[in-house]
Amino acid sequence: MAQSPMAQTMSQTAILDRSPAEGDEQVAPALKVRGYWASVFYRLRYDPVTMFFGAIVLLIVLAAIFAPWLAPFDPYRESIIGRLKPFGWKSHLLGTDELGRDLLSRLLYGGRVSLLMGVVPVCIATVVGGGLGIVGGFAGKSVNTAIMRTMDVFYAFPSVLLAVAISGAMGGGIGNGMIALSLVFTPAMCRVAETATAQVKSLDFVEAARATGAGTLTILRHHILGNVLGPVFIYASTLVSVGILLASGLSFLGLGVRPPTADWGLMLSTLRQSIYVNPVICALPGAAIFVTSICFNLVSDGIRAAMDVRM
Amino acid sequence: MADMDGSFHAVPSNLVEVENLTVRFVTREATVHAVNGVTFNVQPGEVLCILGESGSGKSVTLRALMRLLPPRRAKISGLIKVDGQDVLSLDGAGLRRLRGGLVSMIFQEPMTALDPVYTIGKQITETIIRHKGGGHATARARALDLLELVKIPSAARRLDNYPHELSGGLRQRAMIAMALSCGPRLLLADEPTTALDATVQIQVLILLRKLQKELGMGTIFVTHDLGVASEIADRIAVMYAGRIVEEGPVADVLANPLHPYTRGLLASTVHGQSRDHDIDAIPGSPPDLRRLPTGCAFAPRCAQVSRECRAGVPEERRPVVNRMARCVRVPAMAGTMAAQV
Amino acid sequence: MNAISPTPTPIGPPPPAADFERDRGGPAQPLLIARDLRKHFKVQGGSAAFVRAVDGISFTLFKGETLGIVGESGCGKSTLARLLLHLLRPDSGELVFDGDTVAEMRGITVNALRRQVQMVFQDSYSSLNPRMPVQDTVAFGPYVHGKSKADSRAVARSILSRVGLDPDLFGPRYPHELSGGQKQRVNIARALAIEPRMVILDEAVSALDKSVEAQVLNLLRALKADFNLTYLFISHDLNVVQYISDRVLVMYLGAVVELGPVDGIFSRPLHPYTRALLGSRPSMNPKQRIEEPPITGDPPSPINPPSGCRFRTRCPFAEPVCEARIPELGAWTDRASHVAACHMQVPGSGHSQALGHG
Repeated sequence: MAQSPMAQTMSQTAILDRSPAEGDEQVAPALKVRGYWASVFYRLRYDPVTMFFGAIVLLIVLAAIFAPWLAPFDPYRESIIGRLKPFGWKSHLLGTDELGRDLLSRLLYGGRVSLLMGVVPVCIATVVGGGLGIVGGFAGKSVNTAIMRTMDVFYAFPSVLLAVAISGAMGGGIGNGMIALSLVFTPAMCRVAETATAQVKSLDFVEAARATGAGTLTILRHHILGNVLGPVFIYASTLVSVGILLASGLSFLGLGVRPPTADWGLMLSTLRQSIYVNPVICALPGAAIFVTSICFNLVSDGIRAAMDVRM
Repeated sequence: MADMDGSFHAVPSNLVEVENLTVRFVTREATVHAVNGVTFNVQPGEVLCILGESGSGKSVTLRALMRLLPPRRAKISGLIKVDGQDVLSLDGAGLRRLRGGLVSMIFQEPMTALDPVYTIGKQITETIIRHKGGGHATARARALDLLELVKIPSAARRLDNYPHELSGGLRQRAMIAMALSCGPRLLLADEPTTALDATVQIQVLILLRKLQKELGMGTIFVTHDLGVASEIADRIAVMYAGRIVEEGPVADVLANPLHPYTRGLLASTVHGQSRDHDIDAIPGSPPDLRRLPTGCAFAPRCAQVSRECRAGVPEERRPVVNRMARCVRVPAMAGTMAAQV
Repeated sequence: MNAISPTPTPIGPPPPAADFERDRGGPAQPLLIARDLRKHFKVQGGSAAFVRAVDGISFTLFKGETLGIVGESGCGKSTLARLLLHLLRPDSGELVFDGDTVAEMRGITVNALRRQVQMVFQDSYSSLNPRMPVQDTVAFGPYVHGKSKADSRAVARSILSRVGLDPDLFGPRYPHELSGGQKQRVNIARALAIEPRMVILDEAVSALDKSVEAQVLNLLRALKADFNLTYLFISHDLNVVQYISDRVLVMYLGAVVELGPVDGIFSRPLHPYTRALLGSRPSMNPKQRIEEPPITGDPPSPINPPSGCRFRTRCPFAEPVCEARIPELGAWTDRASHVAACHMQVPGSGHSQALGHG
């Protein structure tokens, strides 16, 4: 599809062979045809920082997925004598926690819960909040007001407070925690989607589509969605890092998983008391939360930069 | 100094000397050859109009004169001298003195060139104080004088207006006032009237012409509009694909263009052609600046192309002493028979 | 390898037959009649003021002609374009397309109107969907009107080649890879893909370089002949309007100030505003420069237009009667009529310069 240099030279010569009046051919640009997402990936390839942190994120996710195969010990097996042991004690690479359980295994298994509680609410919020935002942004006027002002009510609460309140009221647990976080993220996602939709709606090509006689759903599907998904996706990737933090926070407060399930936030909470005995071990779950959250954040930044091209 | 009829006097010194200016924009994906060996001079008090379409390199050339191009991406080489100073070797402080002081620029979009959160008066007085020093009161008095100079009605009231409170034409006049505030010797204008309505455009053009004469400023005016060039220029330089392809006094160039591109431009400008015939458009489109052809950049679209045109970039030819054209069909020397092109 | 054949041939169903079926009103029936169209926008910010963008516009568009609409910013020409397609709903007034009233009980629907009238937008960065390849953008129209994906794609490809873009080279491209002139050709292709009878060109060549503008104007002329189109050409560029139009309508602040055949308007302008517009064109001759601008000041904002004649604040001939009464556009009968909304044109209006006065 891209024109080879020879074909281009030939079409240029062809113009010369004719008198100018007929030579109305247009010369296509020489560089490769690339779709939008393809050019995003191309740009990402040359962003070493994002690639590096993206690799780390990938490792973390893979480690969580393959935890049952990677974990050297059973994360629930306790040992009275082997409590709070340092690195390397009896092949416990990262030592043991306050109940003698292998820390490395618990971190691996804990990653599953933390990632799940961080990512699933973002997905739900993207679908629900994004959908509402697109509807509000496109419909405008009273529908828009109704949706956005409702969202504003939730948006007014600080996110941690709202998550704690909802989760606490529902009684804690993973499921309720995820519902709470979804409710916290939906208004923010709705806002982003609504702004993006309202902006796209005012562009000329949407008006042109209306002038062609297209109905609302057709325009939404063909013209609006493709242009709105970009900002929505970027914002969602930012929310994942926040989600991991908030989820760990809920678990830390006892509103997430119940013991003895491995979860980074819960581990941080229970290891807190042992901080004077073996401070390094106690910092490990916190380090896991920190590293995961930051890596997601940096990767989402890189994606945003790669997608933010004035085309 | 070159008069409009083209006669040449001995010049004391050039206000602007540009020699072999080359600007490339380097990105990972490609290198854009925006300006490819541009040479020209401007005398004090003269108006040079750089005429070209989009992609010709005219705006990049203008911005290079004040080094307004992004420093990392833009690779500039060549010589630029303004009033004897070598612009490309100026340091930060020197550049700040140059910009607004010796050289001033007016832009196409007054709304984006003026800061929306400060009043007009504040922006002008701030510029004056920075370059000329002095107190606030004297600066404000001078700002008022300037607004009246550019014929803004109710100038005293307008000093305290924000840019969005002025109409397009008034904003443009305010920008001109700001540019003139420190008495620059060189004024750079980047299509300042393109975004204006016809009735406003002619007012601003006449104003610029009068101010330029009164204040004796050298001016480089970039435009794509032949009509604008004919209203304001003393000399005109036509750019194509980053090179100057023709240069000379404006009346001569418009009446008797030497380069095929200039001729094509004149023929394709809509101005009273008969409605029953096609306009004589130049076929094809401008070259991709990322892959310039060897030889004359206009060759693919030229009706009189020959083998020689592809061999190398045509050198500057001067058939008459104050006219130049980069075309192999133009005879090289003054005194030879006029080119039958 | 030639991109397209030297003499492009028209594609699609042969225009005369299709037009014969669609030509309900017959050759004498004007294609479009606009009567007293009005559109006011409420000014945001709570004040009770209105932007009177279009304030009582009436005109007739005859079949097969090109009507040029000129005016400066704030005159309402872009709003008018959108009113004609019902992209904005008129506050009052009537639109009659080929004898059928639009959006009325016994007339045609807006959708039916949009099947026959299309618009070419100004080439801006937002005129084409940046996420859609060019051929999909052009194929969208036929697809919406019921053609299958494959058929729409075929129509798109043939239209693209008709406007001078090789469908193999340009079809899969994205708008950001095209030059301004090429994008505008895509805009034109998009408008023509559903075979309209009338095309509204809203500043279609204004953003293009002059040499590209010439190419596109030639293309528009050829397409009009091949597809038997009627054009409504909106522009601020008088030279272009003079070249392409048969008749011209001059707008100022939401109202029509002059209407007539192009030669009459350009050689004997009746309205002082038209004269000022014509006099503002650069001379193209450095030896005969314009020394004094024909008119001073900026076009006023359409929020609170002056009472009576809107132009009186900038008119060198303004008199008390101009403030007291709004001048009416004279009665016109056919394509050759040349009328202006000016008291000086009306005998007995009370203006000292009126024809037949004193």
